[in-house]
Amino acid sequence: MDKFVCLEGLVAPLDRANVDTDAIIPKQFLKSIKRSGFGPNLFDEWRYMDVGQPGQDCTNRPRNPNFVLNQPRYQGAQILLTRKNFGCGSSREHAPWALLDYGFRVILAESFADIFFNNCFKNGILPIVLPANEIDALFAEVQALPGYRLKVDLSAQQVLTPSGKALPFEVDAFRKECLLNGWDDIGLTLRHADKIRAFEEKRRAEQPWLFA
Amino acid sequence: MPQNLYEKLWQSHVVHEEADGTALIYIDRHLIHEVTSPQAFEGLKLSGRKPWRVSSIVATADHNTPTNNWDRGIEDPVSRLQVETLDANIREVGSLAYFPFKDPRQGVVHVVGPEHGATLPGMTVVCGDSHTSTHGAFACLSLGIGTSEVEHVLATQCLVQKKSKTMLIRVEGRLGKGVTAKDVVLAIIGRIGTAGGTGYAVEFGGSAIRSLSMEGRMTVCNMAIEAGARMGFVAVDDVTIDYLQGRAFSPKADYWDKAVAYWRTLHSDEGARFDHVIELRAEDIRPQVTWGTSPEMVVSIDDLVPDPAKQSDPVKREGMERALQYMGLNPNTPIKGVKVDKVFIGSCTNSRIEDLRVAAHVVKGRHIAANVKQALVVPGSGLVKRQAEAEGLDKIFLAAGFEWREPGCSMCLAMNADRLEPGERCASTSNRNFEGRQGAGGRTHLVSPAMAAAAAIAGHFADVRDLL
Ligand code: SF4
Repeated sequence: MDKFVCLEGLVAPLDRANVDTDAIIPKQFLKSIKRSGFGPNLFDEWRYMDVGQPGQDCTNRPRNPNFVLNQPRYQGAQILLTRKNFGCGSSREHAPWALLDYGFRVILAESFADIFFNNCFKNGILPIVLPANEIDALFAEVQALPGYRLKVDLSAQQVLTPSGKALPFEVDAFRKECLLNGWDDIGLTLRHADKIRAFEEKRRAEQPWLFA
Repeated sequence: MPQNLYEKLWQSHVVHEEADGTALIYIDRHLIHEVTSPQAFEGLKLSGRKPWRVSSIVATADHNTPTNNWDRGIEDPVSRLQVETLDANIREVGSLAYFPFKDPRQGVVHVVGPEHGATLPGMTVVCGDSHTSTHGAFACLSLGIGTSEVEHVLATQCLVQKKSKTMLIRVEGRLGKGVTAKDVVLAIIGRIGTAGGTGYAVEFGGSAIRSLSMEGRMTVCNMAIEAGARMGFVAVDDVTIDYLQGRAFSPKADYWDKAVAYWRTLHSDEGARFDHVIELRAEDIRPQVTWGTSPEMVVSIDDLVPDPAKQSDPVKREGMERALQYMGLNPNTPIKGVKVDKVFIGSCTNSRIEDLRVAAHVVKGRHIAANVKQALVVPGSGLVKRQAEAEGLDKIFLAAGFEWREPGCSMCLAMNADRLEPGERCASTSNRNFEGRQGAGGRTHLVSPAMAAAAAIAGHFADVRDLL
């Protein structure tokens, strides 16, 4: 997993609540057995005027000019600003893979769906929860100022606006360490292999029917 | 100190805990299907790791598999590759049980696990699928996980978790005629919203929940995730224990009594505390129909499609307007008269034998309306299908103009050939009505099997209570 320490990047506003994983990456793309290549199909149904198929070259597909990510001013955005309950729906990790492959490393929202939130951390994406009034203010600023950028500092746990305002955010200590160091969770867990084995033996003795 | 059920389940699975509360939780059962596992097996291989305990694995192919013309195999080459990748992965690592495409026991993973007794009370159950919450009906700590976590569980038999807050949703009273588990859970989501359960482990309790069969409880827990909850569960009682007796992987004679004695402790103690409690009256719940593009956009069958003009919150208003536009509905029209093009009875929410019985009871001796282009019944598993055929339900559906299909996820998410065309409206017993869920541009209304059957007969949403 790529480390995440600090990022200064262009912000794209997706002004919708309850953006679900079917919208982030429609199901026909879940047939892939790979982890990469989902970026061109991120928000496929909103981004293009036709119905996308897996494996298709997307360069010449008709684009929806009204969809925010198709607007020239948001090209190259790395920070997605959105509303509450982002990522609701399925557990598909294809959703964070698509966001990452497109270039997003940070998502700012009022709230996230649990599984999606968790999946982000496993892929080096930082999901940040900010209070509703701060999200509202950011939407107003992004829309008003073309080229609007934010600086996200994970070690200091704050988002810095161009006017110098610092918005603090919470992040779980363990997840923060993993992101800052780019650690692989499996390796971390296996440091406790002896404990897992001991637990398993005890469980086998107490509830043998679970190990049939 | 009295403990709630979640605390008991949590405590009995903690392998290791960090100072900040991040814990390693031991996983008893790992359910696997073709869509979210290939990258996990690949990751495992690339890092040179071995699976920790393959006897925890129960796998099946369900999302991509066709539901008719099985003799032709899987025609879509991309889907076929995914299913074959699962075959190869399971062949290589092994499992407790594998039900591949065409196996007589194949089916939707959340239907298959419980019917074989592979889901037992007190277990931790994970699957790379959000509707893993279904298994909570057995007082399991059941979690939908992403592919990285699938790999993590394969490699370590553990999951990294933090303790959730707890919520009790209590439904007291008696459910009216024609009101089913699906209506209960839709009413709950309508009440608390799709983010109402975020961060919570939800226990469903109260006399109305206890009155449900295991299948009804699975329907309720299945949709806990649609309320944003991390998981949902119901305490063990006689209904649970009776259901498990004699299933393939249930404890055998020598262990049965010991297991039952333990299972009987799996309930919240008298006086246990919850971070949040919500109460509903069963008598207030009427048959439900969703009108929008989120499960919380739901009304009772005798209500009107809501009017965004009456909504004061601007973000919500805009969401409602967008949903109505997508759904092709006008505010203030009675939901009852809205015509449907297709009907889908299936999915891990409502494709078990009792669901099919209820639907068959409604359609028996009747025929689907002329405007209904297609009405599908997709049993949740091969076992459900054969049980239904033994009871003659297939004949009832076929005589009424329904198609009787092979098991799988089918039109719940339309990864196979079963789908809606743009603009088509469907009465569906599945769990998600998101834009495009059942096919690009398709319009999904979530209902119970009884209500789906009623809509098929009437050609529009209808109150099933009038047909009973
Ligand atoms: S039936 Fe639908 S919700 Fe259930 S596992 Fe299959 S696709 Fe997912």
